Formats: sequence, C-alpha cells, structure tokens
Amino acid sequence: MPERNSVEIKSVSKVFGFGEYAVAAVDHVSVSIRENEFFTLLGPSGCGKTTLLRLIAGFEFPSRGEIVLAGENIAAMPPYKRPINTVFQNYALFPHMTVAENIGFGLQMLGRPKAEISARVSEMLKLVRMEHLAGRRTSQISGGQQQRVALARALAPQPKVLLLDEPLSALDYKLRKEMQIELKRLQAETGITFIFVTHDQEEALTMSDRIAVMSSGKILQIGSPHDIYDTPADRFVADFIGETNFLAAKVIAPGEGNATVELASGLTLNASAGPGLSAGDAATVVVRPEHASLSRPDAAIVLPALSGAVSNVVYFGTDTHYHVHLDGGETFIVRSQNRVMRHDPFETGDPVKVVFEPGAARVLRT
Amino acid sequence: MARRFDIRRQTGFTTIAMIVFFALYLPIAVLVVFAFNAGDSLSVWEGFSLHWFERAMENGAVIDASLRSLQIAGVAAVVATIAATMAALATTRTEPYPGLTFKYAFINQPLMIPEIVTAVALLIFFSRIKIWTGYDGLAYLIVAHTAFCVPFAYLPIRARLESMDLTLERAAADLYATPWNTFRYVTLPLLWPGILAGFMLAFVISLDDVVITNFVKSGGQDTLPTYMLGQMRRAITPEMNAISAVFLLISIAIVTVFFFVNRKRA
Repeated sequence: MPERNSVEIKSVSKVFGFGEYAVAAVDHVSVSIRENEFFTLLGPSGCGKTTLLRLIAGFEFPSRGEIVLAGENIAAMPPYKRPINTVFQNYALFPHMTVAENIGFGLQMLGRPKAEISARVSEMLKLVRMEHLAGRRTSQISGGQQQRVALARALAPQPKVLLLDEPLSALDYKLRKEMQIELKRLQAETGITFIFVTHDQEEALTMSDRIAVMSSGKILQIGSPHDIYDTPADRFVADFIGETNFLAAKVIAPGEGNATVELASGLTLNASAGPGLSAGDAATVVVRPEHASLSRPDAAIVLPALSGAVSNVVYFGTDTHYHVHLDGGETFIVRSQNRVMRHDPFETGDPVKVVFEPGAARVLRT
Repeated sequence: MARRFDIRRQTGFTTIAMIVFFALYLPIAVLVVFAFNAGDSLSVWEGFSLHWFERAMENGAVIDASLRSLQIAGVAAVVATIAATMAALATTRTEPYPGLTFKYAFINQPLMIPEIVTAVALLIFFSRIKIWTGYDGLAYLIVAHTAFCVPFAYLPIRARLESMDLTLERAAADLYATPWNTFRYVTLPLLWPGILAGFMLAFVISLDDVVITNFVKSGGQDTLPTYMLGQMRRAITPEMNAISAVFLLISIAIVTVFFFVNRKRA
C-alpha cells in the first residue's frame, strides 16, 4: 500500500497566556500521520496531547505552524469546515436527541437528503451493533452503548480523519478491552485514519500502528509499538512505557547506534544506544524485567551477569516479580512467567545472579 | 453522625419557622378570605359571597388596567428575554477577559440602582421625548419595563448556560454545524428551561411594578397595580381583595406551570 500522508503537522506551537505567564502546551511539534493509520498520541496528563488533538479538530488554533490536510493548510479553518470528526472523552452526546438523531446530526448539518441520512444512520447503527436502540434517548443507554453511539456519530459523515480523545477512560476494565478490539475492527472496516489520544501505555501498545510519545509539549519519539518498547529513544520514554530497570553506567566508547559502557559493578557491555552519548558521560542502561532471568550464583554463565540477593517476591498470577538487591545497592526487578511445573523457586534472601543478553540492554542519556 | 448538625434539631427551630410562616402567609390568607366577604368590611365577616369578584369583573377600569398590565408585561418580558439571552450568550460563551465582571454589573445595573432614582430619571428623559415627538402611547412604559426586566431574565438564563456542558457545542461544531446551527439545534433546545424561567420572572416583575410605572405613565395609562394604589387612597372595599386574590392565583399558576415544564425537561 502506498503510504500517503493524511495529516501533516509542521512545527506547530500553541502558547497559552502572555508574557512571563506564557506556557507552550505544544512546542514546535512536527509529525506526519499516514492514511489509514491508527496513530496514537501517548503521554502523561498535561503533556500537550489533548491540545494537539484540539488543534487538529479546530477547537484551538495554533500560535505558529501549519496543519496540512490533503494538501491544504487548515490551521485557521473553523471546526465545522474541517472533514475531521471527534469522539469526545465524555462522549458529548446531545441529550435532547435520540440515538438515531445523534448519529444523523453531522449529515443533517451537511444538508444531505433525508433518505441518504436515514440509510447511513441504519448502516452506522449496524456497524456499532446498536440497531435495537435507535429510538432511545441517550440518557437511557449504558456507558458502553453511549461510547458506541459517539463513535457512530463521528463516523457517519465519513470524515478523512477521526480523532479520539481518551474515549475509553470512562469504561470499566472488561468493557475497555472489548472496545479496544471494536475500535481496531472499525478502523479496519472504514479505512479512516484514527488519531487516538491516551495516557494508557497498554492501550497504545495494543491498538496503534504508530505511537508518538509526548512530554512537556514535545514529541520525544515516534515509532511502532515495537520500536517504542524495545528501543526507547530516551529515559522518559523507557520509563513511561512499561516497567524498566535503570542501571547507572559510564560511557567508554560510543558507536553508531550502540555504545560500550561500564556498569557500577565493573561489568562492561556493548549494547544498542540512543542518541547524544559521548565518551566519559554518565549514562543509564535500561533492561526490561521480562528480558532478564535469575540464576544460582554457582551456575556457569557466559552472559553479562549482576550478582545480588532476592529482597522480595511478588506473585501476580501469570508471572512472578523478583526484586533483587544488587551488590552495588541498586534494585533490579526480574519478571518470570509462572509455569505449572516450577522446580527450584527462588526465595527471599537467596543469593542470585541476574542474567540478560546484551541485546536486551539499551544505553540512554541520563 | 450527620444528624447532630441537622438544623431541625436546633432548639426553637419549629417555633421560629412557624412565626416566620405566619408572618408571611397570615396577612395574605386574611386578604384572600375577606375577598369572599358578603359585607363591605375588611375586618368583620358577614358571610360568604362572590359579590366582590363580580363587582371587579364588571368594573371597566379594572378590566382596562388588567389588559394594559398584561400587554406591557407580555411585550416587555419577550423583548427583555431576547436581550437577556443574547447578553447571557455573550458573557458565558467567551474566554474570560478583563472587564467581563464590569459587564455583569452593567447588565444587572437595574438591580442595584434604587428604583425611585431610575423612575425619576426616566420621567425626565421621557418627558423630553414626549415633547419632541408628541407621542405619548404605551411604548414608554414598555421600554421602561423592558429595561428593568433584563437582569431578572438574564440571571436564570446565565445560570443555565453556565451549567451546560460546553463540549456539546464543540461537538456540534465538529459535526459541521455553523455557529448559527449550533445555537439553533443544540444550545437553544437545551437552554429553553432557562429562557422560560427568565421570561416568567420578567413577566411577573413587570406585572407587579408600581414605582417606575407611576412615574412614567401618561394620563389614563393605569396598570393594575397603579390602579389599585389609586383606589386605596379612596374607599377600601373587598373589591381590592378580590382583585388581589385573582392576581395571586395568576402568579401561582405561572410558577406552577413553570415548575412542571422545568421538571419535565430536566
């Protein structure tokens, strides 16, 4: 499939307030979102992801920069002229209208003929499996159903881009899991570009084609869930996405995309590295808990190993987390999947070696 | 232990409440009761009769004043409600800016300036215009009533707008509704209870006004309250009670209708 761009954001900034109180909620952000892509803006609250979404929707206008949709700069266009629809966090369904009237609202405003509207509304009701509730008031349906209506309403006018502002955050865990699959299905069936905003890293990893991780108004890294999880570009990304162990290190020899570092324990290793490292710098080595394992101290090991003692064992059902107090004073968490036949388990106080492949480690700027 | 803070448990609460209720409602109850007095006394009961209601109904001046009151209140309340709705939209559907508080005060000015001051000012102002134009119809009263009705209509409408979720209007704009269509299909239908409340309040306030009306009206332009005031200076008969009782009934009816309409929409 040729990868054409759907929305291009070109060095967009949004500044709130004036003078010394000015805050850049979005700070020189550039990103190209491809057609038919499930693109996620991920970050903690206050990172600017919602402001960026509002700039694309047209509820806010950028202080600087361009937003290009299908070759046209839409940065100054009012929201009702943009072929972009939004699913709001609180759904924002019109309480004085029925489910069907809500879904048909966009087409009605576009002045489409009545027959076309009712056909499209039935189609959308079927798409979100809500045919039986068409005549209900929005106050008479459950939260999950409201969510579906909000989706149907936003998809009905066949927008070029669908924006989703933390749409799953109000749902309970099971419903959220269901809707994640539902959203992916809808995106595949409609072929519309989805831009999804969330602070939930798990949601982002399971649903997205690509993720942009944001912090303090800037995009720190853009990539596939794999890229983001396995090769984080910086310490914030590594920390925000999933659980991670951080080990203090010193750069000995930086290379192209990798670096040789010396850990506090004296262990040297060569691993893949993020940008901006030079010899002699303090650095952080990150290792995911599931990429390491535990061995008895007397086992013969050829891989890099750190010695310590188990300080805590936390049982999670699917797996067990071993907190290891390393000899150098740092704590390292190892996640081990639980199996039916578990021989020789580790217990609190056991001296152990933490083992990981060099490929599991990544060197980042501190 | 929320009970301990229950005000109904304070000593003397019931007694104080009773005294207050009596002070409020006893005079009104007495007034209504004597509207049905067969004799012409306001204090000695001489048997039940609808005689005074009939008298009031046959009194051309009463009918005249009542119709004038309704006419003025109707037009003034409609115009004031429209103005108040626009003012409420302009002061809530905007980012706060310096001077917004001043605008609130400005809109609500009639609530703060003593009515007698406004009355005198209007008397002088309108008398000039009357001389220039030669026109001395009801328009002066309608304009004056509209002006002091605006804040009464404005307050409930603004309250309703402030409690309305702004994202609904955003959602409408997102779904291709122009600002006018957003207002027509989303804001207005949701604002109706507030507008209705504002209208009824304005209507009752206009119906009830004495001071400004007395100063602004030309000869032969008595409204029901100014007519009643005029009658009080002469002989007081239970006819006044009868008119008051009907007036009270209308007010209660308006409030009741509003209550049910509002509850149904909420």
